[in-house]
Amino acid sequence: MSEIVFDAVSHRYGERQVLRSIDLRLTERRIGVIGANGSGKSTLARMINGLLKPTSGTVTVDGVDAARKGAQVRRKVGFVFTDPDTQIVMPTVAEDLAFSLRRSGLDKAQIAARVQEMLERFGLQEHGDHPAHLLSGGQKQLLALGAVLIRRPSVIVADEPTTLLDLRNARTVARALDAVDQQVVVVTHQLALLDTFDRVVVIDEGRVAFDGTPADAVPAYRQLVG
Amino acid sequence: MIGLYQPGNSPLHRLPAGEKLVLLFAAIAVVTVIVRRPVAVAVAVAVVAALFAVAGIGWRVALAQLRPVVWMLAIIAVFQVLLTSPARAVVVCGVLLISVALAALVTLTTRVTDMLDAVTRGLGPLRRFGVDPDRIGLLLALAIRCVPLLTSIVHEVAEARRARGLEWSMTALVTPALVRALRTADAMGEALAARGADDD
Repeated sequence: MSEIVFDAVSHRYGERQVLRSIDLRLTERRIGVIGANGSGKSTLARMINGLLKPTSGTVTVDGVDAARKGAQVRRKVGFVFTDPDTQIVMPTVAEDLAFSLRRSGLDKAQIAARVQEMLERFGLQEHGDHPAHLLSGGQKQLLALGAVLIRRPSVIVADEPTTLLDLRNARTVARALDAVDQQVVVVTHQLALLDTFDRVVVIDEGRVAFDGTPADAVPAYRQLVG
Repeated sequence: MIGLYQPGNSPLHRLPAGEKLVLLFAAIAVVTVIVRRPVAVAVAVAVVAALFAVAGIGWRVALAQLRPVVWMLAIIAVFQVLLTSPARAVVVCGVLLISVALAALVTLTTRVTDMLDAVTRGLGPLRRFGVDPDRIGLLLALAIRCVPLLTSIVHEVAEARRARGLEWSMTALVTPALVRALRTADAMGEALAARGADDD
């Protein structure tokens, strides 16, 4: 597993302080991050692959500073967003998967093989040539996950990946996330998703309010929000 | 261009994207120059229809490509009839319709990835002048992707406007659509960075 380290990380948007001196060392395989809206958990997630630079402090992945060497970290850390529509770039499903490898140095045959592997893995093989925007919400999120996994990262960060989905699609995406071999950091409001996780971090008003197993963290979070 | 590719194995599907684009521009130029009478329009339409048949594209799909330009053609036709003659209206509108149909045929038989690869290759010589063909290819891909995305945003905002009983308010349509479009642009930029689009 990779080692993700937050060292005295603070962040502010203008006058608003979002994260306050966060210290974390994440090495577990399944890590959940929960907290109320605006608590700072999405900000924290975006710092892991350098999408956001902390106002102060450092975030490192296996010793590499995510803010200073974002491109290097992003090769190691994939990111799944809440809304897959904003993550899909190419018109068709297969083309969108291939887009992730456009600067990978792989030849066309290797890219095609990886695309096929992802299509089969997520049950999208019938949709390879279909317009990506016509997929169901769950299929779109699986495509977004496939577009991340196709780069073979060692860490996947997912920011509320099931929030926009109905129960059936949310379960499908949760199962898909559960089945990946990579280290996974999931920001979520769906507490049931965390049952099988190794560690859950509760964020409240920019601070770590609780850090422990799901069995302890979820009741602590419930108590926190009343 | 918005994911209309129709899988197939026809000679048109197998033709490389770059050659298809060159042939498209050449065909449009030729049609524009030599089609001068309604009978020539009829011949050109027959040839284009034959090309659609060769590509195995059904007539419903073919007509769906032309539907968006019908209103524009109707307006042009009215002006041409009033200012010139009915025959000239047939020629002008016919040439436009044939050009759109040929472009649609290329779109229907070519994967966007292949098209972008061809454009990127074609722009390769401009690297020495500081042009980044990969970036232009990405720009085209995003432009294509944004059509259904913006359509969906406007559709949802229009529904919300109706639900609030503000059908005739342009403010209730334009303001939220603009805000959502800008937010979506921000999110797409972030997603592109996360997918390594800007990493060399």
